[in-house]
Amino acid sequence: MIKVENLHKSFGKNEVLKGISTVIKEKEVIAIIGPSGSGKSTFLRCINLLEEPTNGVITIGKDIVTDKRTNIMKVRENVGMVFQHFYLFPHKTVLENITYAPRNVQGISKTEANAKADELLRQVGLYEKRDAYPNRLSGGQKQRVAIARALAMNPSVMLFDEPTSALDPEMVKEVLAVMKSLADSGMTMIIVTHEMNFAREVADRILFLDGGQLVEDTPPAQFFTEPKSARAKEFLEKVL
Amino acid sequence: MLDFNAVVPSIPYILKGIGVTLQIVLGATIMGMVLGILLALCKIGKVTVLRIIADFYTSIFRGTPLVLQLMIIYYAIPQLFDINIDPMPAAILAFGLNSGAYISEIIRGGINAVDKGQQEASLALGIPYAKMMKDIILPQAMKNIMPALMNEFITLNKESAIVTVIGALDIMRRAYVVGGSNYHYLEALMIAGVIYYIMTLILTFLGKKLEKRMSRSD
Ligand SMILES: Nc1ncnc2c1ncn2[C@@H]1O[C@H](COP(=O)(O)OP(=O)(O)O)[C@@H](O)[C@H]1O
Ligand SMILES: [Mg+2]
Repeated sequence: MIKVENLHKSFGKNEVLKGISTVIKEKEVIAIIGPSGSGKSTFLRCINLLEEPTNGVITIGKDIVTDKRTNIMKVRENVGMVFQHFYLFPHKTVLENITYAPRNVQGISKTEANAKADELLRQVGLYEKRDAYPNRLSGGQKQRVAIARALAMNPSVMLFDEPTSALDPEMVKEVLAVMKSLADSGMTMIIVTHEMNFAREVADRILFLDGGQLVEDTPPAQFFTEPKSARAKEFLEKVL
Repeated sequence: MLDFNAVVPSIPYILKGIGVTLQIVLGATIMGMVLGILLALCKIGKVTVLRIIADFYTSIFRGTPLVLQLMIIYYAIPQLFDINIDPMPAAILAFGLNSGAYISEIIRGGINAVDKGQQEASLALGIPYAKMMKDIILPQAMKNIMPALMNEFITLNKESAIVTVIGALDIMRRAYVVGGSNYHYLEALMIAGVIYYIMTLILTFLGKKLEKRMSRSD
C-alpha cells in the first residue's frame, strides 16, 4: 500500500505540487492524467525520491519514504520505474541491462539472474533479442526491455512516466499490451499517460492533476463520462 | 650542407630513446588517468571542499608552464626532502600530475555529456553511487572522450621532449647529444623529428582502432 499525505514540492519559488493526498492499495492500477506541466512526473518521482518532497509524508508498505532514516536505496529496489525515454544502458546487452541490478544490488547469482531475465524476456516477447545491444532495438522493444529490467528486481510497485509518449504509433500497442498483462497479473501500478483508452480500460482509478493539485480521484467509468470538476471536463474536451 | 652520413652511425643510439620516451608517456598516462578520474569525481561530487581542491589543483597545473613544473619537481624535491630523484621518475611524476589536471577536465566533460537519464535509471534501480559511476556512467563517458584522451596522449608524447632539460635520455636528448658530438645538429634533430612524427602516426592509428572497438554498441 502507498500512502501519500499532503505532498508538497517546490522548485525554488515554483510550487509544483500543492498538497496531494491519496492512498493506493495493493494491486490497484492508477492512471494519472492531466495537462502538461501539471506536476504528474514530479508526483511520480517523489514516490521513489528521485525528487525530494518539500513537505508531506509518503509511505510504501512499512517504509516511511520521506523519513531521513529510511534507506532509500532499499526502497527503490522495491519500486520499479519506467521512463518515457527508456534509459537503457547503451553499452550493455539486453540481458546485461536486465541482470545488472539484480546481480550487483541484490547479489543474485549470474545463473539465477539470467534465468529470471530469460523468463521476463519471454514475457515481454523479446527473448530472441537477449544478446543485442539497445541500439539494435526499436523504441517499442526498448521500452519492453526497460519494463523487464524494472521487473527483474521483483518490485511491489511499478511507476510508469508516459511510457508510450516517445513511441511511433505502431509501437504503442505492443507496450500497452505488456502493461495490460502486468496489470492483469496483479501488479500495483501508477501510470502517467495520455492514452485515454488504455486508462479507461485498465485503470481502477483516475487521478486528475491540474496546477499541482489533485482535482479528481474517480473510477474511469465516471471520469470519462461525467467528470466532477469543470477543469477535468475542459481537459477531456481537448484530448478526446 | 646536410650530411646524414655523419649521424647514421648514431641512429641506433637515438632510437633507444623511443623506449625512454614511451616509458615516460605510459607512466604519466596511467598516473594521469587515475588522477584525472579521481579529480573529475571530486569536481562533479557534492563535497564542496573536494570540489574546491580539485578545481584549484587543475587551475595551478593548467596555469603554469609544464617545463616549470618539471624543473620544480626535479630540483625542489631534493632540496626540500633531502632525497635524490632521478630524471625518469621526476619526468613521470611531473607529466602525470600535469596530465591529471587536463584529463580530469576531459573526463568531467565526458561525464556531464552522459544523458542524465542514465543516472535516473540507475537510481531508480537502487544502484549505489560508486557502482553507478564505475559500471554505468564512466564506461559511457570514456567512449565519448576517447578522441580527446587520445589527443592528450599524443600531445604528451610530443611534449615529453622537454624532459631533455632535466637530462632524461629520451629521443630529443639523444638527438641533441649526437648533434653536439659532431656538430650536425640539424641532421640529428631531423631524425628525432621523423621518429616523433612516425610515433604520432602510429598512436593516431591505434587510437582510431580503439575508438572503433569501443563504439561497437552504437
Ligand atoms: N528539476 C526541475 N527543476 C525546476 N523545475 C522543474 C523541475 N522538474 C519539473 N519542474 C517544473 O515543474 C512543473 C511540473 O513539471 P512536471 O512534473 O514534469 O509536469 P508534467 O509531468 O505534468 O508535465 C513544470 O512547470 C516544470 O517546469
Ligand atoms: Mg511529465
